[in-house]
Amino acid sequence: MQNEETNNVQVQPVDKEKINKIWRVAGILGAVTLVEFIFAFTMPRGVLLTSIFFGLTIVKAFYIVAEFMHLKHEQKSLIWSILIPLILIMWLIVALMVEGEAIFTTRFGY
Amino acid sequence: MATTATIDSAKNAWKGGIAPMKASYGKLMMWFFLLSDAFSFSALLITYGLIRYAHPAYAGAVEDFTFSQEYWPIPEKVFEAVPFLHGVHAPLVFVGIMTFILILSSVTMVLAVEAGHRMDRKNVIKWMLWTIIGGLTFLACQAWEWSHFIHGAMSGDAVAEGTSFFGANLTQNQYGPPLFADLFFFITGFHGFHVFSGVVINFIIFFNVVVGTYDKRGHYEMVEKTGLYWHFVDLVWVFVFTLFYLI
Repeated sequence: MQNEETNNVQVQPVDKEKINKIWRVAGILGAVTLVEFIFAFTMPRGVLLTSIFFGLTIVKAFYIVAEFMHLKHEQKSLIWSILIPLILIMWLIVALMVEGEAIFTTRFGY
Repeated sequence: MATTATIDSAKNAWKGGIAPMKASYGKLMMWFFLLSDAFSFSALLITYGLIRYAHPAYAGAVEDFTFSQEYWPIPEKVFEAVPFLHGVHAPLVFVGIMTFILILSSVTMVLAVEAGHRMDRKNVIKWMLWTIIGGLTFLACQAWEWSHFIHGAMSGDAVAEGTSFFGANLTQNQYGPPLFADLFFFITGFHGFHVFSGVVINFIIFFNVVVGTYDKRGHYEMVEKTGLYWHFVDLVWVFVFTLFYLI
């Protein structure tokens, strides 16, 4: 990165394709959230609904990290050094939810 | 030095002199800071998941739900108020609005970063201003949500061993087990604090853009870095939203 000061700033033209893509991703995020709302009020609570919510959350997280944070277009080594710890965390969330149910069974005995 | 680096780049990629991840130092450090911040949030969310499933769930029909210390509350019965619509039952509507505000402010941030790539100062100013406004709106919404949660619903029939209690604090709440309110305060509070610091950082960068610091520097990478932070705040909200308000 150059630190010397410049005075001739060249504004480059807008790439319509890029802007459209940003709004398309925004549309997907909004749509997925709407679908979550619909499911929240129409489906009975249970393991299936919880799994659906988790799946849709991952979809949203993917679009935010991959497109908005631009991670999809970085080097492979950077992608994996961010992703692997996060995948382990996703597992930990689910694992400790199951563990919570085990604690519940021990406490209330059914 | 530069020539040796290009010749042996595959072999010596990690021996210094070049950027093997093709990202600047600042951007890399932002990524790894965010990763560590993700650990902090995960700790809170994992705690929520564990405690929630260690408590009895409400078993009856959703329509007959009443608040009780005996079981974990259904979120759509707790978060059902909207400002200016007093007494109207609107489950999860307000938190839905908050979610859309935060997603939109994330979109305007991407647009600011994109304008920064093109050295388009005018548009960076415009989109960063919208991002800051979005962030402040979200914070205002959260302040209302907290105030409503603390003072309680008028119709709430809170009973703990025959006594009534409206609202919530760290030891007692009308909605369910004490831990429910504790986790609400800690998780949304920690997230809200991140939004607040995000707005402050955005404002500092916005100020620098306005006075032309990055035009002089020749690139708008600082906008990209603060953008990463802002998207992360949005990302965390996506998880908080699912765990706290949907499940």
